Amino acid sequence: MILEKQMADLGRYCTLMTKVLTAPDRWMVFLKRTIGEMFKLGIDSIPLVITISVFIGAVITIQMQLNISSPLLPAYAVGLTTREIILLEFSSSILCLILAGKVGSNIASEIGTMRVTEQIDALDIMGVNSANYLILPKVLGFLLIMPVLVILSMGTSIIGGLAVAYFTDMISVSKFTYGLQAFFNPWYVWYSLIKSLVFSVIITSTSSYFGYYVKGGALEVGKASTQAVVNSSILILLFDVILTKLLLQ
Amino acid sequence: MIKVENITKSFDGKTILHDVSCEFQTGKTNLIIGQSGSGKTVLVKSIVGLVRPETGRILFDGRNLLTMNQKQTKDLRKEIGMLFQGSALFDSETVLGNVMFPLVMFSDMTPGEIRDRALFCLERVNLKGADSKYPSELSGGMQKRVAIARAIALNPKYLFCDEPNSGLDPRTSILIDELLSDITHEYNITTIINTHDMNSVLGIGENIVFLNKGHRDWVGNSEQIYTSDNKALIDFVFATDLFRKVRAYELQKRGLS
Repeated sequence: MILEKQMADLGRYCTLMTKVLTAPDRWMVFLKRTIGEMFKLGIDSIPLVITISVFIGAVITIQMQLNISSPLLPAYAVGLTTREIILLEFSSSILCLILAGKVGSNIASEIGTMRVTEQIDALDIMGVNSANYLILPKVLGFLLIMPVLVILSMGTSIIGGLAVAYFTDMISVSKFTYGLQAFFNPWYVWYSLIKSLVFSVIITSTSSYFGYYVKGGALEVGKASTQAVVNSSILILLFDVILTKLLLQ
Repeated sequence: MIKVENITKSFDGKTILHDVSCEFQTGKTNLIIGQSGSGKTVLVKSIVGLVRPETGRILFDGRNLLTMNQKQTKDLRKEIGMLFQGSALFDSETVLGNVMFPLVMFSDMTPGEIRDRALFCLERVNLKGADSKYPSELSGGMQKRVAIARAIALNPKYLFCDEPNSGLDPRTSILIDELLSDITHEYNITTIINTHDMNSVLGIGENIVFLNKGHRDWVGNSEQIYTSDNKALIDFVFATDLFRKVRAYELQKRGLS
């Protein structure tokens, strides 16, 4: 029964995406909407990204110092492991899980409200491809702004770690900085960016799907919003495993 | 003219429309009336293509909606304006933005021409000066008028209105009715109004289709409704004391008891 429902959802999702991935009716309108979505979904998330990244960067540094300090390991290992955690998981997967909450619920509730107030029907009756008009700018806008958010998160997380080194006597700034630069593999940055691009599509398309097919009223919009966040998060974790296996092994 | 032939539609095994056939004439206010659950909304949604009936034909001046390809349907929809029960205005756009929307999407006008046309439509529905407001800042009646302005922006051949008077006070309802009637005659539009407002029925009903439990039960106009002997229709239209008195008066005027 559950499997049947999941398969039906997957089928409807694919059908919706075939409507989304078509040429826009008006390119100028599409461009304006895409830029608008980049601001709404991406630029507006920057304060959240900076706040979370600075604090998590600081916490990772403290945890590393407390848990891996050993006479057998060099002191710069704290900087090195902090960097690897930030590059490999935090600034892509964990950040996207957090953004799934903010951006996903925003998209699902916006599109869901449009559905229950007949605004989507109005678009359809006018002859506008409502799925393409509403969803494609969100998918593309968030996809384009995601690398900026990820790079920003990496930078501010490291600043958080450096702040711990600077303001406390847990580790010296020079050793932490040395650790940050030691054995650096640039592919990890690309790996993180590739993952975040996939996750951005998962967040926007999944949330749009749940919003687009809402039936009922305000209660159902709330439920769709929750479903969007839960399902986006599960898919992010699933694809995290798949992409890690594909890109790092 | 829109011609509906033998439409049947079911949901979850329950038949909502039973073999419905009717005609909606050009340049007239065509009304679909009936009790809640009689299939009015399903019929309107079938005609505009939001719901696909299992059988029958829907002819827009001879063109069958149900056999059209995607491009033909899209072209036809540019000839349709629709006024929704809840107005369905785009919250994120101003009043002017809402009226300009269909013009931006489907016309080849310059930005200046689009703005002029939108302002003209707003003026036509007596909303001059409200162009920079957002839908949430307007009253229900004003929202309906914005929705009418948006619906007529592209000079539609067909105008559909789903319960245009719901949630409005009687005076505003009459104004909306008059506006719809005027626009229909002025631009020679085929207007279809789904309503259960008896003032509308008796006031602007030039061609009325009465649906009863999913069947087309009666067709006529607001004059013929007084003399009809269809019991379901009489019970529905003249349900209150006031309307029964109006009917008695109208019958007396015609020399009928």
